[in-house]
Parts: sequence; structure tokens; C-alpha cells
Amino acid sequence: MSLSGLDPQTRFDFGRWRLVIIGGLLVGLVLAAAIFAPWIAPYSPLEFDVVEMLQPPSTAHWLGTDELGRDVLSRAIYAARISMQVALLAVTVGLVGGTLIGTIAAYFGGWVDAILMRTMDLLFSFPAILLAVVLMASLGNSVWNAMIAIGLVFIPGFSRLARASTQSVLRQQYVEAARTIGMSDVQIIFREILPNIVAPLLVEAAVAFAYAVLLESALSFLGLGAQPPDASWGNMLSTGRGFMAQAPWLSLVPGMAMFICVLGFNLLGDGLRDVFDPHMRH
Amino acid sequence: MEDRIHAHGAERPTLSIRDLSVEFPKREGAVKVVDKVSLDVWPREIVGVIGESGSGKTLTSLAALRLLPKRAQATGSIKLGERSILDLSERDMRGLRGDRLAFIPQDAMRSLNPTMRVGRQIGEPLVLHRKTPWKQAVDAAAKLLKSVHVRDAEDRIRNYPHNFSGGMQQRAMIAMGLALEPELLIADEPTTALDVTVQAQVLKLLKEIRDSHGTSILFITHDLGVVAELCDWVYVMYRGRIVEEGTVRRIFTTPREDYTRMLLAATPTIFDQRAELS
Repeated sequence: MSLSGLDPQTRFDFGRWRLVIIGGLLVGLVLAAAIFAPWIAPYSPLEFDVVEMLQPPSTAHWLGTDELGRDVLSRAIYAARISMQVALLAVTVGLVGGTLIGTIAAYFGGWVDAILMRTMDLLFSFPAILLAVVLMASLGNSVWNAMIAIGLVFIPGFSRLARASTQSVLRQQYVEAARTIGMSDVQIIFREILPNIVAPLLVEAAVAFAYAVLLESALSFLGLGAQPPDASWGNMLSTGRGFMAQAPWLSLVPGMAMFICVLGFNLLGDGLRDVFDPHMRH
Repeated sequence: MEDRIHAHGAERPTLSIRDLSVEFPKREGAVKVVDKVSLDVWPREIVGVIGESGSGKTLTSLAALRLLPKRAQATGSIKLGERSILDLSERDMRGLRGDRLAFIPQDAMRSLNPTMRVGRQIGEPLVLHRKTPWKQAVDAAAKLLKSVHVRDAEDRIRNYPHNFSGGMQQRAMIAMGLALEPELLIADEPTTALDVTVQAQVLKLLKEIRDSHGTSILFITHDLGVVAELCDWVYVMYRGRIVEEGTVRRIFTTPREDYTRMLLAATPTIFDQRAELS
């Protein structure tokens, strides 16, 4: 019984969850925009209106219009869709692939470990954006390929984290105890190791999500990834760059959207890390 | 020769180790950690292996489970009933562990998976070896937990290991070991991490298990008091060898080997303490 008369198990500790809640709200905002885009967006993101082109923010177009008279707010909302799709799939590819490689490397050790991790080192030694561009160039230009390319960029990071976490779990006695009741290697990996390394991987996934949004925007900015007329924050920035003086909102709006999204995921990642970390409790 | 009552009328020992040696190969030549150890555990018998740290007692028990470190080389013969442990395939060996042959570790807290409810862990051997559905396995776990005298077992199976006290965790490990009624229970210092009252309860429980299930128990320890309380037959191990064996009474009253005498003399008794205080 704690002094306040409340059971400490049931009392909600706002301080500990603060970052998760703020980050979660920002992420929720972006996710809601992505999911409900057709219902939220006031205009079609593709609808031309030459009369209305390059209009500053007004009551009709809250965030102005672009060089073809398309509503910037609507385009920014629809762009959230592409960003979230790409980030979600890319992080999934990185998380699943990296966890698999890292866990297997740590568990079996020896030459399996050496071959897998040296391959990861090789991938890791390329700058992320360069690797993504090279992959896009060889895979071809499409949103789908952008997801795969960004996902591959994430694999080395996840695999290193998974390998380090697995190594520390392997030293635990409950893994040895699992062997004494007759578990096989595969059963040990799935029942004993994976549940015990999920927490750091989830934190990494949240941070990777933010990075994936940035990478996707960078690829679109360079003309890879989402192709016009489809809206993505990257290609909106790219066109906005040409009208910086006359219509700064063209660059500001996608920039702000990216800022909110990345900030949200980073806060969420930091918050989750604090919540999961037993050393930070109380 | 002393009378080993459990050997009477029994066809063969539950566990029979003959000339077991365990070596770690090194560049300068192999290091022998267990040297031609032979020991038997008869049905319904509680056998103690006593020795100081590094005497090879834990490696002997791990060899019986065939869970020695990868670099270790074991020679000799280990028989569980009629099965020759060192010749089995890895798959057959997995089938024995947790089923015919159960192990109770020293540190129960660290031997339980922190992310899994206690009930599932206790029932896990049933799922692994008998393909029992999880729900039935967890129901069986409640009964097992009850049989090792954990109160409110039906509620407790839903707890995580950190909700259990040290004594309860050790009871949970014992319950898990008993899940499939093994022929042999190998306990490696299961009471060392517990305080004296809980230790006494766990020892009583092990005796009870032997009496009600007829399980043979191989008990590894460095604690003479525990041996005196629990075991029918004792092996004294020193530097990888068995230096003496006999009934508890005989070992304690008329030790034949110098090492056993030293071991007995090294145990503090209530009389020594009094002498020091005065």
C-alpha cells in the first residue's frame, strides 16, 4: 500500500509516460490524416485550377495553392498516406529481416555469425541515402521499390541491435533451463529469446520510422520514389523550391508536416525507451 | 560393505555412471575436470554428491543431461535405465530432457523466463513432450503448483516470475520438473539461494516427492547439513574424483578419507561458535 492510498500497480504514472503520450498524439495526428485522407481533405489532391494557381493561404484554401492551382493542404494530407505506407513497410522489412539475421548470428555464433555480420558491416559502410539511391536505380522507380530499398537500408542496424540483445539473453539461465526441459534451438529462439529482446527492437523501430519518413522524402525530392502527379512531402518540397520567393508556403507546408511526423516518432521512441528501461523506473 | 537398502530387489539403477571423464582440450594438453567417476542412483533413492566448488560435481550432473559446454569431451558410460545417454542422437536426447530426466537449477529466479506466466512455464514440458493443448497444460500446472504447496495455486499460475518469492520460485521449478513424472530428478544446489527455513521446507518437499512419486533424486551440494537431512547415500567428490561413498550415518560418524574428515571439520557447528564467543 502506498502513502497516497492507491495501489502503485494501478496508479497511472503520467511522468513516465509523458513522452509516449505527446509523441503518440503527434503520430496519431499524422496516421489519422493518412487513413482518413479522402474524408478530411477539402479538395482532391490532383484537381487542377489554373485560375487559382499560387494563391497564398485564404479561407477557401487554408494553406494556399501550388503552381497548378492544387490545394496544398489536401496534397499534404494525401502525402501522409504515401509516407506512412512507405515507412510502415520499410520498417517491417528492416525489423523482420534484421531481427532474423541478428538472432541467428548471435545464437549460432562462429562462422555463421562471422559471415552474416560481415555482410551487415558491408551494407552499413555505405551512406544510407547512397545505398537507397543505388538500390532504387537498380530496382526501378516506384513507391513499392522505395519501400524495399529503405527497408534494406534498415536491416544492418536492426541486426546489430538484435544480435547484441540476443547475446545478453543467451547468457541468462532461463535459456539453459529451457534446454533442460528438452527445447530445440528453434523453440528457444521463438519462446525464450524473441520475447525478451522485443523492447529494444520496438524502440529502434519507432526511431527508424522517423528516419524512413525522411529517407522517403529525400528519395522523392530527388525524383525517385513517389512520381508526380502523386503527392509526397518530398516532391512537394522539390517543386516548392522553385517558387521559394513568390510562394514560400509551398515549401513550408510539407516541411512542417515532415517536422511534426518525425518529431512525433522520435518522442515516441525516446518515451518507449524510458518506459521499457528498468533502470529508469522510479 | 555397507548396506545400500535401495539396491535390494531393484533390477537396475535408475542412473548408472561408469568411469565418466570430462576433459577440456587445450593446446598444452587436455584438462581433466572429472576423472573416472562412477556412481549409481537406485529407484526411490536420494543420492547426495558433495564437494567443494570446482570438484566436478556440477559437470557430472550436466553430463547426465548431456548439456556440457561444447568444448568439453565426455568419455565413459552414463545409463538412464537401459538407455545409454552418451550414444543417443540429439533428437532422442531432447526427448528425454524434461520428460524422463528433470533438472532443478540453483537459481530459480534466473531460471524462469521473465516474460512468460508461471503457469505456462510449468505446463511447458507437457506441451513439448506430450503435445498437450496449452489450456490443459496450464490447468495441469495449477495442480502441480498446488502439489508443491503453493497457496492459491489457481490464481498464482497467472503471475509472472517476479511476483513470486524465492521459495515459491524454487517450488515452481520443482513443479515444472515433476510435470511428466520423471524417473530421475537432478537437483543442483537447489536450496543454496534460499534462507534456512525455506530451505528446510524445500528439502521436506523433495522427500515427499520421493515417497509419493517414487522418483529417484540426485542431489548436488556443498552443504553437509543438507546431505545429513536428506540423502540415503553419499558420494564425496574432490578434484574430479569420488574419494568416498557410503550411508550418511557412516560418512558422518566414521569418515575413512582424510578429505572427508577435513570437510566435516570445516563445518561450523553450534559448539565451535560457543567456544569462540567465550
